[in-house]
Amino acid sequence: MQSLSVLRRRENWFGWLFAAPAILGFFVFILGPMAASLYYSFTDYQIAGDPTFVGGRNYANLFNGVDPFFYKSIFVTLYYVILSVPLQMITAFILALILNRKIKGRAFFRVVFYLPTIMPVIASSMVWIWMFDPDLGLLNEALRTLHLPTSNWIYSSSSVIPTLVFMSLWTVGGTMIIFLAALNDIPKQYYEAIEIDGGGRLQRLWHITIPLASPSIFFNTIMSVIGGLQVFVQPYAMTAGGPNDASLFYVFYLYREAFTFGNMGNASAIAWVLFIVTMILTYVIFKTSQKWVYYEGGEA
Amino acid sequence: MRKSMRLTDVVVYLFLLLGAATCLLPFVWLIRSSFMSLSQIFVIPPEWIPSPFVWDNYILPFKELSFGRYFLNTSWVLVGTMVGVLTSSTIAAYSFARMRWIGRDKMFGLIMTSMMLPFAVTLIPTFIAWQSLGLVNTYVPLVLPAFFGGGAFNIFLLRQFFKTIPKELDEAVFVDGGSHFTIFAKVILPLSRSAVLVIGIFTFLGTWNDFLGPLVYLNDELKFTLALGLSQFRGMYNAEWGLLMAASVIVTIPAILVFAIGQKYFMEGIALTGIKG
Repeated sequence: MQSLSVLRRRENWFGWLFAAPAILGFFVFILGPMAASLYYSFTDYQIAGDPTFVGGRNYANLFNGVDPFFYKSIFVTLYYVILSVPLQMITAFILALILNRKIKGRAFFRVVFYLPTIMPVIASSMVWIWMFDPDLGLLNEALRTLHLPTSNWIYSSSSVIPTLVFMSLWTVGGTMIIFLAALNDIPKQYYEAIEIDGGGRLQRLWHITIPLASPSIFFNTIMSVIGGLQVFVQPYAMTAGGPNDASLFYVFYLYREAFTFGNMGNASAIAWVLFIVTMILTYVIFKTSQKWVYYEGGEA
Repeated sequence: MRKSMRLTDVVVYLFLLLGAATCLLPFVWLIRSSFMSLSQIFVIPPEWIPSPFVWDNYILPFKELSFGRYFLNTSWVLVGTMVGVLTSSTIAAYSFARMRWIGRDKMFGLIMTSMMLPFAVTLIPTFIAWQSLGLVNTYVPLVLPAFFGGGAFNIFLLRQFFKTIPKELDEAVFVDGGSHFTIFAKVILPLSRSAVLVIGIFTFLGTWNDFLGPLVYLNDELKFTLALGLSQFRGMYNAEWGLLMAASVIVTIPAILVFAIGQKYFMEGIALTGIKG
């Protein structure tokens, strides 16, 4: 029998050892690159050459509007996030509310709604490109049959973002499943209590379901915002950022700057702006969440 | 009262069926078009049953293009990534969940922050580093990072799961003279089969569907993955929708198969991720 302190010391040592790959990975693949990217953002760095320090010039060029695409891509991305996040949350939450009831075919609907999220985005993009085609696409064909006005979908600068938002609702199943789990966890006693008090459906929803599911709403909102800020495959494969830069999403713009034009310094500055914006948005959601997210046991 | 209940049920079902139809329509369209000849594809109003059934669309991607090769390439990346993620995330999660060491919780919190980090921030310097090591256009940049922690999200998920296993089991092993390795291999892993399976499925799908990674790191066409090959394919056969649809089906099938096999665990796993988010 060894003494307790020897055991403790050994556990301390082994604990670090077991976690070492993950810790190393964090420093090598996360923190190191972040620091490097911060440094590059203050340099003029063409992909073929060496970085030369230029101070804040890259940032100045972005914010002065010397690079006209910067504000455009911010606008496009925020427009998408502001439109898609609430719609995704509402759609997913309604579906979860319905599927949380004991209705027939529940398992079937759950799988069907989840299925689109399994499909590789590049493959689903192929189908959607064609369905959105103004002349040969299925959607306009259906609209014509119903004598409704057609749309140019992703092929017009005014409708491209709403169309991509619509397409994002197609993959709302993952969010729905998380909501379903949260709804399933709400103890039935709460509902019995409000029934005794004579509360109706809306009251149940407003006073019990939504507050008790608020941690999952919070989680899904953050994930959805972060996901929306990083949309890439759709502009890359479907629209090439167009028409007229109307779908120049931020990460697509960043990719183009880095890997098409080879401006690594400038692209790093673009990346750091994204990082800071993400942090600010996450912080704001976290801060406001203290007002509306309910945690059982009362800890905020 | 009863009648109004029935009416809401009808509305609910209509809503569900409409939603289900919307979800399935692209799949139906994809599959029907993949078996059609070019002349039938554009018939208006659209036809839903291919006649005759055309298989050529499925043969051409393999014959004229290197889809067989892409398949193999994707499999290599997949196997490497799976092994990396599953070994390193379980070991790390074990340490964070069940061992006591100085700085553990701080380290855990630090690693968790990387979940919020946009990948674009680390992309450029990571690319530059791999390039200076001469490893761009190999699978190393796509696979090797998986061996270093396997992703904060996976560690988080497994740690949650490991914590639910009673500590008394560890003590029993210690009394018998076993080590942490014994507990990890003989107690924790066998009891966590379902959680590990979920991580496996997530990793499979994530790797299979990954586009940006291969796009940035692979430029030799013979090294392309399926997702990358498909996007290349589109540039070559712009309006040949039957072909493009068949190619998309080929890329989608493995993902659907894995989902079908692991569906039960999968749903539980996704649920697990959200609850204590």
